[in-house]
Amino acid sequence: MANSTLSEPLNVQDRSGSSSTMNTSIYRRRRLVNAFNMGASTLTMAFGLFWLFWILFTLLQHGLSGINLQVFTQSTPPPGGQGGLANAIYGSLAMTISGTMIGTPIGILAGIYLAEFGQRGWLAPATRFINDILLSAPSIVIGLFVYEVYVVSVGHFSGWAGSLALALLVIPVVVRTTENMLRLVPNTLREAAAALGAPQWKITLYVTLRSAKAGVLTGILLAIARISGETAPLLFTALNNQFFNSNMNQPMANLPIVIFQFAMSPYEDWHTLAWTGALLITLSVLTLNILARWMGSQKTQSH
Amino acid sequence: MADNNVKLQVKNLNFFYGNFHALKNINLDIAPRMVTAFIGPSGCGKSTLLRTFNRMYELYPGLRSEGEILLDGNNILGRDVDINLLRAKVGMVFQKPTPFPMSIYDNITFGVKLYEKLAKTEMDDRVEWALRKAALWDEVKDKLKQSGNSLSGGQQQRLCIARAVASRPEVLLLDEPTSALDPISTAHIEELIHELKEDYTIAIVTHNMQQAARVSDFTAYMYLGELVEFGETDNIFTAPKQKATEDYITGKFG
Repeated sequence: MANSTLSEPLNVQDRSGSSSTMNTSIYRRRRLVNAFNMGASTLTMAFGLFWLFWILFTLLQHGLSGINLQVFTQSTPPPGGQGGLANAIYGSLAMTISGTMIGTPIGILAGIYLAEFGQRGWLAPATRFINDILLSAPSIVIGLFVYEVYVVSVGHFSGWAGSLALALLVIPVVVRTTENMLRLVPNTLREAAAALGAPQWKITLYVTLRSAKAGVLTGILLAIARISGETAPLLFTALNNQFFNSNMNQPMANLPIVIFQFAMSPYEDWHTLAWTGALLITLSVLTLNILARWMGSQKTQSH
Repeated sequence: MADNNVKLQVKNLNFFYGNFHALKNINLDIAPRMVTAFIGPSGCGKSTLLRTFNRMYELYPGLRSEGEILLDGNNILGRDVDINLLRAKVGMVFQKPTPFPMSIYDNITFGVKLYEKLAKTEMDDRVEWALRKAALWDEVKDKLKQSGNSLSGGQQQRLCIARAVASRPEVLLLDEPTSALDPISTAHIEELIHELKEDYTIAIVTHNMQQAARVSDFTAYMYLGELVEFGETDNIFTAPKQKATEDYITGKFG
């Protein structure tokens, strides 16, 4: 596809340049290829969107009916009992927020290092390479790692262990977006600040990072969206908790694992709660993504 | 030691981009409170030369200079020179306007705050003074809190000049400051250069020969990394000593 879009316009230019009459058969062929490619890409897009909308539709169909005040005020019930998802919602929020709080500063600082200080030497290329591996590492590996390093040594599952695993997922995403966004800032801006005699850290903090602010924030939002649906890393770290628990040092309930557990169960009322939880996660991820898009577009408008 | 008629003295300066020899044995004296223009075709090294005066090239790996540049008699290319302090003394304005992503007021105070501690009222005065110097005050005095990006291109460039002037450097380097601007903004900035030279030593790189003739007292013609001819602007433009200079300024070049 890329090949045809590149070569076709050149063909026409050659034609009009070399001879005055246009070769209609080449032109017709080009239109045909264009129509085929347009059709094919429209179809593939429709194919992709079809599943997305089906997923959303199913979620709404099964989850919407379960949404009521109870979901937000009561904890997960025993089979057949009355209850909601309050403990899981709280646990997910607490671990997502603390995971982001731990991972974001490290990610931003590492991204700054890669973009602003890493032009010389081997450390930056090595960091970038390792970060790319971390970015594509299966999240279950991260979960096992935290289990081995933290959970085993303290002897119990906990909310902190879950936060740690999520933080490890946040870091590579934030590193990558921060570096990319800082690289988009024109060098002339750095030079202008340097020309006033500003030290490197002030240039980075007040000029470069400020210019890239919207992009960096977008990266953080996308990282939050990614971790808020992660199940595997929490399985070995936060585990689950049937009761409401706000102690981060104890096992903690969270939406993904509750969904996993309830959906696998034979009980109808648990199924409904699992659908509701799935809908809640999807809606919050959707909201975060839309927010990230919106902020990204704000950035392009201001320039 | 320091000659009173020389602000910047370039001695046997060579400059390398990796293996590429970009400036070849440049010798040149820049007079204080005068405008010195650097002209020549693209790639002749005039911008490179300008960027050695505040060691801007240090931002990038693989670039190095040899020789000496004396600012008031002190070699600024020395190893022990504090580059930030040097840049506070030698300000620079670039080809494209580069307002920082902050308010107009903060744009001006950014450089000032680096080396001076001023009370609020003093700072306000300094901002007004710098903006007046750059002939921008009347246009922005009611919107100092607005983003620098909200100004037009010509206004942004004058904001950058005001920012450079605000920290009171001794030398002002202008790297094609009007090449991205319309004729009216260009005229504004040329008038400005005339006024600024009362207080500052100015070095300007320009592609526009009429501009060099209009604003400068001295002109240097460079070609392929060499200084071909240097002298008073009137002489360079009316009676150049070198055939190459004459060909370039009359447009016969190439």
